[in-house]
Amino acid sequence: MSILINKDSRVITQGITGNTGNFHTTQCLDYAFGKDCFVAGVTPGKAGQSVEGVPVYDTVAEAKCETGANVSVIYVPPKFAAAAIDEAVDAEIDVVICITEGIPVRDMIKTRDRMNKLNSNTKLIGPNCPGVITPDEIKIGIMPGYIHKKGPIGVISRSGTLTYEVVHQLTVLGLGQSSCIGIGGDPVNGAKHLDVMQWFNDDPKTEAVIMCGEIGGSDEEDCAAWIKDNMSKPVVGFIAGITAPPGKRMGHAGAIISGGKGTAEAKIEALEDAGVHVTRSPSEMGSTMKKALA
Amino acid sequence: MNVHEYQGKEILRKYGVATPRGVACFSVGEAVQAAEQLGGKVWVVKAQIHAGGRGKGGGVKIATSIEQVREYADAILGMTLVTHQTGPEGKLVKRLYIEEGADIKEELYVGMVVDRVTQKVVLMASSEGGMEIEQVAAETPEKIFKVAIDPVEGLQDNDARDVAVKIGIPEVGLDQAVLFLQGLYQAFWDTDCSLAEINPLIVTGDDQVLALDAKLNFDSNALFRHPEITAYRDLDEEDPAEIEASRWDLSYISLDGNIGCLVNGAGLAMATMDIIKLYGGEPANFLDVGGGATTEQVTEAFKIMLDNPKVEGILVNIFGGIMRCDVIAEGLVAAAKEVNLSVPLVVRLEGTNVKRGREILATSRINLVTAGSMADAAEKIVTATKV
Repeated sequence: MSILINKDSRVITQGITGNTGNFHTTQCLDYAFGKDCFVAGVTPGKAGQSVEGVPVYDTVAEAKCETGANVSVIYVPPKFAAAAIDEAVDAEIDVVICITEGIPVRDMIKTRDRMNKLNSNTKLIGPNCPGVITPDEIKIGIMPGYIHKKGPIGVISRSGTLTYEVVHQLTVLGLGQSSCIGIGGDPVNGAKHLDVMQWFNDDPKTEAVIMCGEIGGSDEEDCAAWIKDNMSKPVVGFIAGITAPPGKRMGHAGAIISGGKGTAEAKIEALEDAGVHVTRSPSEMGSTMKKALA
Repeated sequence: MNVHEYQGKEILRKYGVATPRGVACFSVGEAVQAAEQLGGKVWVVKAQIHAGGRGKGGGVKIATSIEQVREYADAILGMTLVTHQTGPEGKLVKRLYIEEGADIKEELYVGMVVDRVTQKVVLMASSEGGMEIEQVAAETPEKIFKVAIDPVEGLQDNDARDVAVKIGIPEVGLDQAVLFLQGLYQAFWDTDCSLAEINPLIVTGDDQVLALDAKLNFDSNALFRHPEITAYRDLDEEDPAEIEASRWDLSYISLDGNIGCLVNGAGLAMATMDIIKLYGGEPANFLDVGGGATTEQVTEAFKIMLDNPKVEGILVNIFGGIMRCDVIAEGLVAAAKEVNLSVPLVVRLEGTNVKRGREILATSRINLVTAGSMADAAEKIVTATKV
């Protein structure tokens, strides 16, 4: 088992004819069951073309109707990316993974409000995220597939290369992953740490979870409060940005300490209070998990 | 992106938000002329820098004669203003705002931010104006009132009125206060603000509300649709190293330490700063080269870090994913040669084709130390920079 995606997922790439969409879809086709999973692409006005054998449609609704797809991944440029999410939501796609970085916050406020008012069942991951992978089954996103190994550890992270770092450490120690979810670094986004933690808690094949948070917002604190009362599996945590000064945006739009809120110390304290095994060294994320499982 | 107070007020006035009348000035002569043109008996001479706490730092003075306007303008223009937000080095004042004096009966607070939990714009207001809102939130949270605003409906009359009543705006001023708050929200929404703060919002002797100060921040991801806001950008207020970095698509932030770090990805870059600190060192910067890490970008990144006289060593931490480690290694070697690197360099490469990448580094004849893990890298650079 796994969460969100597996070898039976059928995926649409939105923005498949762009350089990024084309390149990464090709990479994903080559990973595990990718050739069965990636069934359609969407670029308005380019219906009838194909990319690496994947047929292109004008709309998500059409692509879904023709192929039975239930997941979409978005590489559409930031100006148009929120509209691409809206389109996937309207087509009632189950899981929408938005890789695009740099979407205006106002656009995401409208898109999330729209999803709420429609009572949409679509699960949105991202934007500004590396994607989702279920090792040895399916990779949807921009992460390097080969560093992953199938196994019992769930991974949740707000950041791309930091996720690769933790996955690499786990794999080297022989600890495989059930699924790895990059939730992204934007202030207004889809799934939060808390949502993904609940999904992992419900997944029988996930035995422990590692979460990488960073400064900004209170998502990690909210997740910690839930873990304290509900989580039945060991959790390891790392928070990036203990040295980040207040008021400075550290790359990600959401990674900023403002008004005294969102500090790494507050997050570490909340996680430790919830019984999470927190490491302050990003070099020891894997070994901390190994100890937590011992 | 930040703008000056006078620019923020210019934007807000377009949305019907009441502010005192004022004129932006770049010289003492202009300041005197502005005061004469505004008329009246009281003027406020305000330093225009992108930082709060200007009043406490001596950057805001009340003048009761034209002579005083001249005196204060002369003192403030060209001064290095130090506030709790500028850092100890302070900021050079190059612009002034001359404003008509206001008849202050009450000082209140109103702000708007994007709230991550409700995923909406939230209006925050308090009767405790003039203070830092963080302090009010910490000491008397019951004095802060919040409304999450529906992005389709906008700020409703009854919500705006309710907040206005709660923060103590008198009955006769309520209608105008509602228009003020709605104007502020519309300005926030239309111009893609990420923060708007009016502190203080004042109630005048005749029960009108006025924005005595205005702080607006804008979402940099949305500037493409606001050339009028981008035109307000004042490069004098930004760190020259950060401006140079942004030209090369590098995300760079200066810090106080002596170890430069060059990393791909924002989260990993923060984690690298953290581990330097954990091993007893101090990072000199945050620097994210992004996923590509091309030779050109790495060369520029080295140059920017080496321009900082405090930098005594550099740590490179790259997790090569789609971009292979051998390509990155070649780029690093070329960049180090081009800038004639003279400080200790520790390189930690991991990811795709890492073996080949490490070979390239080892045979490069560049004076560098390679590291296996992040901990190893941090330990080595901290040791190398300790005299």
